[in-house]
Amino acid sequence: MDFIFAPLNLVTFFPLIGVLILLFLKEREELSRWVALVTSLITFGISLWVLGQFNSSDPGLQLPIDVDWIQVAGWNIRYAMGVDGLSILLVLLTTFLAPISILSTWKAVEERARDFMLFFLLLEIGMVGVFLAQDLFLFYIFWEFTLVPMYFLIGIWGGQQRMYAAIKFFLYTMAGSILMLLAILWLGINQGSFYLPELVSKGGIPGNIQYWLFLAFAAAFAIKVPMWPLHSWLPDAHVQAPTAGSVILAGVLLKMGTYGFLRFNLSLFPQATVQLAPVMATLAVIGIIYGAIVSYSQKDVKKLVAYSSISHLGFVMLGLFALNAQGIEGAILQMVNHGISTGALFLIVGFIYERRHTRELDEFGGLWQVMPLYAVTTLIVALSSMGLPGLNGFVGEFTILLGAWGAGQAGGSLGNILYAAFAAVGVILAAVYILYMFQKMFLGPITKKANEKLKDLSWRELAVIVPLIILIFWIGLYPKPFFALMHPAVEQLLTVFQTAGLALH
Amino acid sequence: MPFNSADLQILLPQIILVTWASALLLIVVFNREAAKGLIPLLSAIGLGITGIFLVPQFRLEQAAFSGMYVADGFSTFLSLLLVLGGLLTIAVSYGYLQRMNLMRGEFYALMLFSISGMMLMASAADLIVVFLALELLSIPLYVLAAFARPEPRSEEAGLKYFLLGAFASGFLLYGIALVYGATGATALTGIVSAVQMGIDQPLYLVLGAGLILTGLGFKVAAVPFHMWTPDVYHGSPTPVTAFMALGAKAAGFAALLRIFIVAFPEVSGQITPVLLTVTIATLLAGNLLAIAQNNVKRMLAYSSISHAGFILMAVVVYGNDAARFDVVASALFYLLAFALASFGSWAVVMVIEKREGRGLEFSDYAGLGGKQPSLAIAMTIFMLSFTGVPPTLGFAGKFFLFRAVLEGGYVGLAIIGVLASLISAYYYLRLVVVMFMQEGEPEIHKDRWLNLTAGATALATVLLFVFSEPLFGWASQALLKVF
Repeated sequence: MDFIFAPLNLVTFFPLIGVLILLFLKEREELSRWVALVTSLITFGISLWVLGQFNSSDPGLQLPIDVDWIQVAGWNIRYAMGVDGLSILLVLLTTFLAPISILSTWKAVEERARDFMLFFLLLEIGMVGVFLAQDLFLFYIFWEFTLVPMYFLIGIWGGQQRMYAAIKFFLYTMAGSILMLLAILWLGINQGSFYLPELVSKGGIPGNIQYWLFLAFAAAFAIKVPMWPLHSWLPDAHVQAPTAGSVILAGVLLKMGTYGFLRFNLSLFPQATVQLAPVMATLAVIGIIYGAIVSYSQKDVKKLVAYSSISHLGFVMLGLFALNAQGIEGAILQMVNHGISTGALFLIVGFIYERRHTRELDEFGGLWQVMPLYAVTTLIVALSSMGLPGLNGFVGEFTILLGAWGAGQAGGSLGNILYAAFAAVGVILAAVYILYMFQKMFLGPITKKANEKLKDLSWRELAVIVPLIILIFWIGLYPKPFFALMHPAVEQLLTVFQTAGLALH
Repeated sequence: MPFNSADLQILLPQIILVTWASALLLIVVFNREAAKGLIPLLSAIGLGITGIFLVPQFRLEQAAFSGMYVADGFSTFLSLLLVLGGLLTIAVSYGYLQRMNLMRGEFYALMLFSISGMMLMASAADLIVVFLALELLSIPLYVLAAFARPEPRSEEAGLKYFLLGAFASGFLLYGIALVYGATGATALTGIVSAVQMGIDQPLYLVLGAGLILTGLGFKVAAVPFHMWTPDVYHGSPTPVTAFMALGAKAAGFAALLRIFIVAFPEVSGQITPVLLTVTIATLLAGNLLAIAQNNVKRMLAYSSISHAGFILMAVVVYGNDAARFDVVASALFYLLAFALASFGSWAVVMVIEKREGRGLEFSDYAGLGGKQPSLAIAMTIFMLSFTGVPPTLGFAGKFFLFRAVLEGGYVGLAIIGVLASLISAYYYLRLVVVMFMQEGEPEIHKDRWLNLTAGATALATVLLFVFSEPLFGWASQALLKVF
């Protein structure tokens, strides 16, 4: 019983209860929405309870679960979970975005709402599991499992090209993860364990093999992030996915990629990480600038937001591979920020799409006059996304740039301050496309007749967006508690590099 | 050869099954009406009893009849798997045969005979017995493939299977002869000791091994010996296809594993390149050709070829001492995972299938997700298991299999294997897309047994994944030894 009611098992598998209830609710769409909402709210509550038990001064794994799973014939597979400063914020982000997404679908998903909720809750299990699993086999199961419900969410409730987008999403992501699977197997065979802490403390993987294993893991994670040039699935998936799907996709699923780099690549293959840091940082910077430029040239709001994700996640990657405390802490915070801001942007796009059934920028203009409340919320979210001081995006990006700058000094992982310089250009470009979007949609006269009678945000929509706006201000004005949660764990992660890694430079 | 009652005791499951099948044939002769309910019931009981007598043999490691027949963990695992396959075949046949007007009692008796041949194959420790078993399992299958006569496609399937099967038997026999010529023995132990003493014509041994590989390659449908598979799978009545997909494959791999691991470790240097080529060809051809199919039955036929390729991946490594242990265990485990998903998916095919070979196209599945979600979800689970996506037994199967391959040092083969999985994801998902994401009004036949089979195998595919440990532990006790 202790095992079943272990906090981390509860927070991961509680949505299963909702799934089981939903299985017995045939054709009761309204009720299934409530079941899903309540389930995800309780899950969020459990995650807060986990946070309450979390000791932020402890750098190690907390609330661990570690039982034998498959221990025959030379296998050493364990059912191991744990939470630490690297993952706690992402778990909270997931459980926080889940009820918000569900609430946002209240009116948008009319057909087969029960099935939608069912898949959504299954997806939540997979995502939380990814952030908590400490055994590579278990991690891979959660990782790969998230594909299945997301595939259905895009494929059944998506837009015109949904089937194409769903299959592309599935195959693209699977292509990366099967290479990771082989690398995981290699570790299991040659290091005798799949248990992450054991693998990290054991170390001793020869340099050239580290290099290949790093690349195999990176294949899975870089596609998920997505890093330039592996991003081409993202615009399709985002544009076709229903609003809640986009929110979760941008908010959480992409973070699984960056989290993967942080949790596995950095700690398992420190030498290869140091070796490849400039390469990864270069790709990250290209992504920042490329994403921003492509965003600017979009006609479809949702595509614009989708491409901006590539740019924002470039910042996260740059921070991670700065390999210093500022860079990594900024990256973790930026993961959360991106989840909040971009999640909110997708919600905002969804609001207007439900009213007008179009997302073309040219179709709008002057919306401020008819929907002032909507305009103000959009403005806040947009400013947060472009990194205005006082809002959350600024804190993350600024810390990352500081880290990248530090890494550019002698003895740093990148060895050149140009990375930071080019990334800073990305901040300016972000202002360009975000303000361009805002101006096109909200300012000027009303040009289209269809826009004249639009209703402003409803209470439900406000309930969806306001929690996000509160967080935008909270992180922007007082980020200290967030940094305090991750700091000890990041410091501990970096000791790996102080002993093995940075000696290379 | 002294006759020994202990030998008979080891053979008991076989004796029961063959006697039972003969008795069923007699009943059918005297009472044609019995086919409707009595015969399927009796066949299931017969299989059940055989299974009960098989279980205690699991701990045995015993040879009988001067080492021609062996009862060990390996043979017991496969025999029990075949018994399970037989029971599932009965479950899916019952309503289908009535619906398609094929209700004849011989069906079940023939199936039991074929199973006894397959079980014999798993226990055969002498090349002559292997040949005997091959014929015993194949001849009833030829008849079963043509069971839907005068349906031309079924007749064609029977004839095609018969001709190519005879061809394969010829290869096998020629291979046996060459091995005998080289070593003077047909018993696997005899071959081993002859090789250890040194033989004059090692080339004959290699050629013989190659021809045996060819003959068995036909049975497991490895490329380039696969040409018959799509036509025969397509033309046979679907329960026969389901039975064949598991049974012939399990028996073929049983012989392949036992013969090569026990008798031919010395020639692995020469045989492995051939095996490697066959394996890669099977993986690529099976998966690439499956993409082009618009008929679900044919798609599953090609997918079955590709799964033979996956199991062959383990066989490639058979010469590696460190990995040999895993080769057997992972191949057996993979067969089990395949069996469940395969029978389940065939059951769903039968629910949709109509007379005269209609209702088999992808488009006939459109809208199944809306109309009959439980069935569509079950089918999705089978497709995911075939692809190797967690949390399904198929994922565990691939995971264990790839370890054997990596342990043997074949990193390139492992990469081809995962790429093949990726290709397979495309056509498996295509069916899911059609079921859930396209509109349509599929016609569904109400058949309790088909629904039950699909539901039970889907549930097992997911739940057994969580409990992979005891299953894999069981498979890994199935060691192959020289007696």
